[in-house]
Formats: sequence, structure tokens, C-alpha cells
Amino acid sequence: MDPYKKHDSIAALMNRNNVDTDQIIPKQFLKKVERSGFGAHLFHDWRFNDDGSDNAEFELNKPAFKGAHILVAGDNFGCGSSREHAPWAIADYGFNTIISTSYADIFYNNCFKNGILAIIVDSSQLDTLMAEINANEGVRFTVDLENQQVTTPAGNDFTFEIDPFRKGNLLSGLDDIGLTLKHVDKITAYEAQHKQTYPWLWA
Amino acid sequence: MKKTMYEKIWDSHRVVDVEGQAPLIYVDRHLMHEVTSPQAFEGLRLSNRKVRNPHSILATMDHCVPTKNRELPIADPIARKQIEVMAENCLENGLNLYDMKSPNNGVIHVVVPEHGFVHPGMVVVCGDSHTATHGAFGALAFGIGTSEVEHVMATQTLPQQKSKTMLIQVNGKLSKYASAKDVALAIVGKIGTAGGNGHVIEYAGDAIKELSMEGRMTLCNMAIEAGARAGLVAPDEKTYSYLKGREFAPKGENWDLAMAYWQSLPSDADAVFDTIIILDAADIAPQVSWGTSPEQVIGVDGCVPAPESFENEGKRKACESALAYMGLTPNTKITDIPVDLVFIGSCTNGRIEDFRIAAEVAKGTTVAKGVTAIAVPGSYHVKKQAEDEGLDKIFIDAGWEWRDPGCSMCLAMNGDELTKGQRSASTSNRNFEGRQGKGGRTHLVSPAMAAAAAAAGHFVDIRNL
Repeated sequence: MDPYKKHDSIAALMNRNNVDTDQIIPKQFLKKVERSGFGAHLFHDWRFNDDGSDNAEFELNKPAFKGAHILVAGDNFGCGSSREHAPWAIADYGFNTIISTSYADIFYNNCFKNGILAIIVDSSQLDTLMAEINANEGVRFTVDLENQQVTTPAGNDFTFEIDPFRKGNLLSGLDDIGLTLKHVDKITAYEAQHKQTYPWLWA
Repeated sequence: MKKTMYEKIWDSHRVVDVEGQAPLIYVDRHLMHEVTSPQAFEGLRLSNRKVRNPHSILATMDHCVPTKNRELPIADPIARKQIEVMAENCLENGLNLYDMKSPNNGVIHVVVPEHGFVHPGMVVVCGDSHTATHGAFGALAFGIGTSEVEHVMATQTLPQQKSKTMLIQVNGKLSKYASAKDVALAIVGKIGTAGGNGHVIEYAGDAIKELSMEGRMTLCNMAIEAGARAGLVAPDEKTYSYLKGREFAPKGENWDLAMAYWQSLPSDADAVFDTIIILDAADIAPQVSWGTSPEQVIGVDGCVPAPESFENEGKRKACESALAYMGLTPNTKITDIPVDLVFIGSCTNGRIEDFRIAAEVAKGTTVAKGVTAIAVPGSYHVKKQAEDEGLDKIFIDAGWEWRDPGCSMCLAMNGDELTKGQRSASTSNRNFEGRQGKGGRTHLVSPAMAAAAAAAGHFVDIRNL
């Protein structure tokens, strides 16, 4: 995982609530056995017409949003299936930051494991950011994870909360499994006791 | 201190609290299917790590498998590859796999209970959001992503933040025509698809106690549709008698030890929940979803709502776009909506009880002209049991297709799908846009409602049959 660095980028707007993982990456693309290449299929059914051409009506196809690394989205983003193909597709397309009022739990966890910063704002903040993008499509926001701050040209700056463990992992790009295996002695000790307390699980 | 069942399971599975990190939680059982595991095995190989406890894993093939002509090679080369990779990964790591040809094969969340692989008080994970199903046994069971699948294989633990607790109490008695599925849909309708975010739900109350184990599985299965991390039902005599004698259930002396532990699990009488929701079972009519989110649901005696009936702007917009996608106009009676295809199956409603109930409704009927009806058992064991009871005959005589097990039309990855504009009555769990095929229109219902719709060619209030 690449370390998350301070950056400024175009903020794309997706003003829809309850965007589900079936839309983020439709099921016909879940059959691959590799992790890469899902960005080409992100939001496939909304993004493309039946003949494979770009759907001009779809918000992320707006020329002003090309190259965006920040996605500003409606409530409860990423609901539905646990498929990690959803954050893989989002990251592979080029987004490394999402801003919304809320996320489905599993999707939220999956984001941080794939270098995506999922920022939570309250609904009035979200409305303000959406209004700024609507008024000036292609506007660039600056995201500073170290200081937990987002700044915008119109001055709609805000700070955000984030779990320190998740923040540390994003900033360092560290592998979760490696971190856990530092405690392998504790796991072994727990298992020894587990075998005594719940012998039927090991029969 | 008084504890909820969730807190008891949580406390007994905490391996280590690390300063500044989420606590590591021990995982007892890890379930697997072909779609969310290949990249996890790839990760293990790349980092030279091994599966820590192969015996904790049970794997099946369900999402991509054909439900007919299974003796032929899978036509879709990418699906075929995924199935082959699953078999190779399980062989290489010494894992118990019920492959496509196994008599034990079926949908993971149907197969696992059949073999008694999950018990009360366990922590159970799977790269699949419907893992919540196993909460029916009083196990803390939740879906994880593929990175977490790899993490559990390598360490048998997961870093987890503790969830909040929600009690959903369903008082009174359900009518004969309302099933666990209707309770699940009514709850999502009431609290919304984000209503349970950050929570683990415990279902309680007389109506829940009355449910069979199959019904409790249906209910917990859809906890995720309400946004919850997991759903739980306290274990009781029904749970114990369901488990007794199954392949992976405790035996002999171990049974008594296990029972003592299981009986300690239910929430203490005065335990405090962060959120409490109360429903009256008598108010729950057979449900039909009308939109593209499971929260867009109404009783069968209702009408398709108008966008302006929602005060919240987000819900109003969601209603507008759902009606456009679903090809429905406001104020249409639900019973006037025609169907093209009926699907009974999935990890929500693919168990023996579901086929018994549906067969009772289908008996002596004929599938309406122009309607395709498919019955897809959740496993080969369900299929065999149904055939032993003669249920297959009832469906076939009524004009249904009787298939081999798999996820099938629940998410349409295996070639079973709706074409653009086709409308289904489906016993599955999600009515998202395109879920059952691009442009396909899904209405979520119970098995009895699905069987009645197949015969009539439109939704029917089964209370009037």
C-alpha cells in the first residue's frame, strides 16, 4: 500500500444517497482472480451506454471531473455486499479520498485497507461542499491527513475525526497482517487457553 | 456488570488490546466461497504466509456455479477459472471444500448450518455480507472484505472496533401468512438501510422465539440490509435440538460442556442496549419491495408510493429514481403489478422450510402464461430432502423448473438472470439496480408470496387465497 500524502485534487461530485456496491462494481466483473484492473469497470452500468460508449448523463463522465482523486458523495455510501472489488475499483480508477456523511461498515473498513481515506462530515458540511462543487465544477480541494484537514478555494475548510490506528496505517502504508503478527505470542497463548475452555471446537 | 449477548461473545474473544489500535478478536470459524477468496490466497502466497488453522475453514462453490447441466463444463471461461482456482487453493492449503460435484455442495450460508459447523458463542467470518445468517445460532457472524479474509487466514484474528448494540423486539404473534422474511423486510422498511450502521442487532420477543431455526436464519441474514454488522438470536432449545447429531456438532462429554457455555450466552435480564426498536408482530403484513433498495418496501395491500409522500428530500429523490428504474407509477396497487419471472432460493430463503411453504401454495396451481418460475434449492441436501418429500413433483407439475443448488438469481453471476425490463418476484435479499441482470426489476417477497405470484402472474395478497 502506498503511503497517503497531502495532496490537492479535483473533487468530483456524486449527489446520490445509498450508492451500493452492486453499482460501484457490478457483479459481472467479480469473476477475476486478480486484484487489479477493476477501475475500467467502476460504476459500469451507470457510466456506459448499452453500446459501450460513455454515458454523457453520468456525473463522473463530466470533463470537469476527469482526473479527480476526491469523491464527494451522498449518505450511506457503499452499502450492500462486502465485495472488496468496490474499493479496488475506486482506487484503481484514481480516487484516494471519499467525503460523505456516512458509509456502510464493511465498505468503510475495506477503504482503509486499500489506501482510501473515507472522511465523515455532517450533513450541513456536505451540503456546503456540494454547493461549492456545483458552483465551480473542477474545483480542487486540499486534503491533509496529517493535520486532519480539508481546505477549499471558497474557504469551506474543515477538520475531520479519524481513528488514530487507521490514520497511522494510511500515512505509513503499513500492512495490517504484519502489525498483527507482532502479537503472534499472544495469539498462541490465547489459542492454548481456548483449547482448554472450548475443547469441543478443537475435537 | 450486566452484559448483552454480543458483549459476552466480544469479551471472550478479545486476544489483545494494543495501545492506539483496534483490539484483536479471535475468529473460530471462517467460511469461504470462490468470489471473495482468490485475491486473499494470492496475497498469502506473495508474502510467504500460511493458513494458521485450516480446520477452522469450510469452503464451497456457490456464486458462479450453473444450476442446470452441471455435468457440462462452465460456459463462461472467467467463471470456470474462478472455480478452478478455488479448488487449487483449497487443495494447496488442506481446506475442507464442498466442490460443485460434492453431495454437500450448496450456498455457503445454507451448507454451514446443515453440517453444524457454527455453534452459539462463536465468532464467525466470511467474505460475504450475508454471513449475518449464522447469528440465528447466537454466534457473532459478520461479513468481511478480501484483505480481511487474508488477515484471518494468516493470523486467526481480526482488528475490530466494538459495535454498538441494538435490541429489536418483535412482540406478539405473527399471522399465519407473515413469515420471517416479512419481519426482516418490515424492519428494514422501518429503520432504513443505514438504520443499523455501527450496531449489532439482537432480535428478541415472542414472535422471534416462535420462529424456527430456518426462520431465524432468514431474519439474521437480512440484518445487513438494515446496515447492521451482525444479527443475533439467543440460543434456546430449538437451537440445541437443531445442532444435536450434526457432523460438526459437539459429541459425548463435549456436548455437555458446550451446552453449559451456550446456556450462559443470552443477554442478562437488565443488560443495556444503545438502541431499542419495538414492533408488534400483528402489524406485519406480507411485504413486497417496490423500489431499488430493500427499505423501499410496503405491505401487499398497499400501493406504490408517490415521491411527494416522503418528507425527506433524499428519500423523495430516491423514490423518483427507483420508480423510473422499476417502471412503476405512484398509487399503483401492489397486487396490480405483473411479474415475468419468479425465483425461490438464495441464502435468505433456500432452505427446506421455504420450499415446503412454497409448495403448499403452488400445489395444484399452474404457472401463469408468460411467467418463468424457477426453484433453486440452497444445497444438494435441501434438494434431496425436498425430493424425498415429493415437493419437486409439486413444483414440476405446476410448471416450475427444479434446479441444482447455487446463489443463482440472487445476484445473477452464473448466467441465471433477468433481461432488461423483466420483472421478478424474488425470495432473495437485494433489489438493487441490475442485481438480477442489467435493467432487471426485482421485487423482494417471501416464498409463499413468490409461489402465489407465479400462479397469478401478478402479486397476490396470500391472506385472501
